[in-house]
This record gives sequence, C-alpha cells and structure tokens, in this order.
Amino acid sequence: MSILVIAEHNNSELAPVTRNVVAAAQQIGGDIHVLVAGKSTDSVAEEAAKITGVTKVLNSVADHYEHALAENLSNLVASVASDYGHVLAAATTTGKNFMPRVAALMDVEQVSEIIAVESADTFKRPIYAGNAIATVQSADPIKVLTVRGTAFEPAGLDGSASIESLAAQEDAGISEFVGEELAVSDRPELTAAGVVVSGGRGMQNGDNFELLYKVADKLGAAVGASRAAVDEGFVPNDMQVGQTGKIVAPELYIAVGISGQIQHLAGMKDSKVIVAINKDEEAPIFQVADYGLVADLFEALPELEKAL
Amino acid sequence: MKILVPVKRVVDYNVKVRVKADQSDVDLANVKMDINPFCDIAVEEAVRLKEQGVATEIVVVSIGEAKAEEQIRRAMAIGADRGILITTEAPASSLTVAKLLKAIVAEEEPGLVILGKQSIDTDNNQTGQMLGALTGMPQGTFASKVEVADNKVNVTREIDGGLQTVGLTLPAIVTTDLRLNEPRYVKLPDIMKAKRKPLDKKTPADYGVEEKRSVTTLNVAPPAEREAGITVSSVEELVEKLKNEAKVLS
Ligand SMILES: Cc1cc2nc3c(=O)[nH]c(=O)nc-3n(C[C@H](O)[C@H](O)[C@H](O)COP(=O)(O)OP(=O)(O)OC[C@H]3O[C@@H](n4cnc5c(N)ncnc54)[C@H](O)[C@@H]3O)c2cc1C
Ligand SMILES: Nc1ncnc2c1ncn2[C@@H]1O[C@H](COP(=O)(O)O)[C@@H](O)[C@H]1O
Repeated sequence: MSILVIAEHNNSELAPVTRNVVAAAQQIGGDIHVLVAGKSTDSVAEEAAKITGVTKVLNSVADHYEHALAENLSNLVASVASDYGHVLAAATTTGKNFMPRVAALMDVEQVSEIIAVESADTFKRPIYAGNAIATVQSADPIKVLTVRGTAFEPAGLDGSASIESLAAQEDAGISEFVGEELAVSDRPELTAAGVVVSGGRGMQNGDNFELLYKVADKLGAAVGASRAAVDEGFVPNDMQVGQTGKIVAPELYIAVGISGQIQHLAGMKDSKVIVAINKDEEAPIFQVADYGLVADLFEALPELEKAL
Repeated sequence: MKILVPVKRVVDYNVKVRVKADQSDVDLANVKMDINPFCDIAVEEAVRLKEQGVATEIVVVSIGEAKAEEQIRRAMAIGADRGILITTEAPASSLTVAKLLKAIVAEEEPGLVILGKQSIDTDNNQTGQMLGALTGMPQGTFASKVEVADNKVNVTREIDGGLQTVGLTLPAIVTTDLRLNEPRYVKLPDIMKAKRKPLDKKTPADYGVEEKRSVTTLNVAPPAEREAGITVSSVEELVEKLKNEAKVLS
C-alpha cells in the first residue's frame, strides 16, 4: 500500500518539516505520495516533487484551502485516504489540528507524534511529558500518524515526482479565517535551529530578553522560552518550548533562568548539548545539563556575549 | 446556550511518573490524581461564559474509572451545574471518547463543547478534533481567546507561527490552551454544595458505543538517560568547553 504525506506550507513555500515526515514514511516503506492543498500552490507542489522518495504529488487548489482550516483539509484528505495504508503529517499545530479529524472520518484511531518507526504497524511515541516511551501497534486498516519532525533526519532533494491535480472538495462553510498575527523574526525557526537560547521567569521582563537576543545573534541561534516567560507576557506564545509547546532538538540548547520542570524538559531534552545558567544550584535543569553555570544571568549573559 | 465540558482524570502534573519494572505501563499505584490541567481551563472558561450571561447551563462529563466522580465534583464546585459519569472497563481511546461524546451531544444539544487541547498522560491531542469530525461541528483548537456573538464564536488560536483567529458557526468545538484563562481556586463551601448537584451514572452500552481499541501498547520504557554533566565555574570556562570539548562552537 502507498503512503500519503500531507505537506505543510504557506502557499508559496514548502515547510522544511515536510521532509522529516517523508523520512518517516521512507522508514515505513512503500510508494510515497505528497498531498499539497492550498491556494495557488504550484510552486509548493514543485518543491515537494523534488523530495527524495516521493513518486507522486497531488496538488489540490482552492481558495478555501488557503489557511488549512481543519474542516476543509480533513474532508479533502478523507476523500483519498482509503487508497492508502498510511496517512502522515507533521505534529505541528497545523497537523495536530486537522489529522484527528481525518482519523475520525475514516473511523480509525490516530497515533500522535511518533518518534520512531519499528515496522509498518508499530511505532514509538512519548507519553507523560516524555517520562515514558510507549511502543504501540495499530491494527487499523489506515494508520493515521503525526510525526515529531526533530526525531527524523530530513529526506534529501534529488527526487522528480510527477504532479497531478486533485479535485477540491466543497467548502464546508462552517468555519472561516478571520485574521492572524504572525511573529516576524530574522532569527532561525525554533524547531529547525542548530542552536537555541531560551529564557525563563528569571529574565524578569520582556526588555531583558534583549540580553538573550544579543547572545543568540552572535550564535545564529533561535530564541525560545519557558511557559512562565510566555504566561508573564515577556514573549509571545510561539516561543514556548515544552510538552505543550514546541519540541526542539538542536546541537546546542542554552537554558537561562529556567528551573527545568518536566514540562519544559519534555521539549528540549533531546538536544545534543545542554547548557544551563541559573543562580539556584538546586534547580532541576542542572540534572539534564551537560554544562551547568551557577550564576546570576544578568552578569553571565553580557559576559557570554563578549566571550563569543 | 448549554455548554458541554468533557473532563479527564489524570495523574497530577507535578508527579514524575515511573515505568513499571516489567515495562507493561507506567506505575500509577498510590500516585496523586487530578483533573487534566487543560480541562480545568475548559471548566473555568465555561463558568466565565455563564457568569457573562452567554451560557445558561454547564454539563460536565467524564469517561473512565468510577473515581473520576472526584473530577466531576471539582468541576461542579467551580460552577458546572450537572454531571455525567461514564464508567469504562479500561481507559478509553480518544476515538471511543469522541463517539461517546457524540452521543451526549445528540442528547444535550450544547451550543459549545469546550475540551482541553491535550491530556497530559497520553499526550494525544485528538479528542476535540475527532468529535468535530463525528458531529460535523467546526473547531477552534488551542484557544487563547473565545468570543461568542450572535450565532458565531470567534476563537483566537495559539499556532506555531503566532496567533490565528477563526470564526465558527455554532454549535462549535473549542479546545483550550494555557493562556485562555487562569482557573480559580476551589472553595470549601462550593465543594460541599457540589456534592448535591445531580450526577448521572452511565456505561458505554447505554449509548450503544462499543469499547474497543485498535492501537495497543506493546511496551512502555523509560526514556534514555542523559549522562551526568559538569559544573563550570565561569563563562570563560563554559565557552572553552563548548569549543574544545563539546565542539559545538567554533
Ligand atoms: C498543563 C501544563 C503544561 C505545561 N507546559 C509547559 C511547556 O510546554 N513549557 C514549559 O516551559 N512549561 C510548561 N509548563 C509549566 C512548567 O510546569 C513550569 O511552571 C515552567 O516551565 C516554569 O518556567 P520557568 O522555569 O521559567 O520558571 P520558574 O520555575 O519560576 O524558574 C525560574 C528560574 O529562574 C532562576 N532565576 C531567577 N532569577 C535568576 C537570575 N537573576 N539569574 C539566574 N537564574 C535566575 C530561578 O533560580 C529559577 O530556577 C506546563 C505546566 C502545565 C501544568
Ligand atoms: N476519558 C475522558 N473523559 C472526558 N474527557 C476526555 C477524556 N479523554 C479526553 N477527554 C477530553 O479531550 C481532551 C483532549 O484529550 P486527548 O485527545 O486525550 O489529548 C481532554 O482535555 C478532555 O477535555
């Protein structure tokens, strides 16, 4: 049976995480098709056709696919899902939004946020904020899976798949896009960055994040935050790293003024090297840190910026 | 308008769960249980909508072991009016929960169903969306703001790139994110009052829903341990180690 991967994109560019999802599909094994649904997505379809291992791209174009509304996207995916043994999407806020609807429409369970493929029906996934890793087996005729991007190396770009158009389904007409406030930043995207510098409640306010931005810019790093820093309004929600925020696994993660509660660790403990800067030597973050510096961040950060 | 709030009994979020020696599951013996934090936020939002005069009645439902009555009572102490407890043989899958909720939606005809975005035990993040598909209702997931007006609800959603607002035709589904509200503390007199609120006890068979599971757990293992790290005494030493030992800086 073939595998269907749902592409993530912004109508002009393919999101890199799609390649990580294709990599998971390659491990399952089988013909891989990619579905691109959006408003004028020809360039996205062309990009998807270049991903290694993809044999066909289905391009479905309609105005009501522009914002990936779950009601419309799930109906479209369900219209072709029975041709496939597996349907995969990234465990991003987009994938998490529409994929369970696809599963329910096909009357199957979803396996959320897989981190390993053991065989075509058996997968590993974290549960309890990553305090345990479950190996689960699905007996469903169609496996609906979301994939943690950081757990799979992205597939290459030497493919040349054919592109076919796929008829759009009718607009469900029960939901509409009203508006969005998207974060604009010149820094790398959190989940794909090689270095991430994150701040917590210890930063005290949003202005002090400047100290982190300066260090981040020297390192070419993305900037993240703990839930507390987001709740306190220091920084926007899209910077939250953790069990219920973004999952990151960079080469280097620097946690500053973050205590290291399990919900935060769930989002970053697969980083290759972890550095913690905290003035409390008892802070649990030091238990996962490769290098711990017990210091006042207001002294350590300017020093670090200078030393880099 | 009636609001339906499904709440789940889960391990307390402060508990660091451990895996059983035989790796069959996590060990929940004698572990403190509580309402799923996202469900707590859902109950709070429903109560606020009632306080604003938008909602007239709040029905909470929990599916699972009989002890989930504690979580229903807690929701009632915050302000829910009535409860439904559906006891199952084993923990129900998100799809089974969604099917049971679909049957309740058909009976109760709520204008809004407010769920948590995710259970902190299974970390599934599925049920609200599945209920949407089964009932044909639209959904506003990961909500940080909910505004009901006329026959519509505008939901501001926390997405990877920032915030997105969608407009949904009622009846609709909302799933809560952390910033939607800060749940109030439960007061003792309200806990006493909640004991007298009506609670219906049911089983899946009452709704014609079969308890089945197509995804089975073969093994539950602890995550890979990280090797113990070292303490550095200065920023200078830190940078030196990152360059020469960890080789993550050039
Ligand atoms: C349902 C649920 C979901 C959650 N999801 C997430 C999630 O996705 N991500 C997440 O991060 N959290 C999440 N949390 C919250 C989590 O439990 C913690 O509350 C949160 O991570 C704490 O953030 P913090 O470490 O910044 O703050 P705190 O725990 O308050 O720690 C602040 C730290 O800063 C240090 N500090 C203070 N001043 C200085 C200084 N001058 N110099 C150096 N160090 C200093 C202190 O010693 C302390 O260790 C969730 C919680 C729940 C209940
Ligand atoms: N057994 C259950 N009983 C009641 N509500 C549930 C149950 N399971 C899930 N839910 C609801 O669905 C939300 C998301 O759960 P999940 O999809 O399991 O991550 C929870 O926050 C609850 O609102």
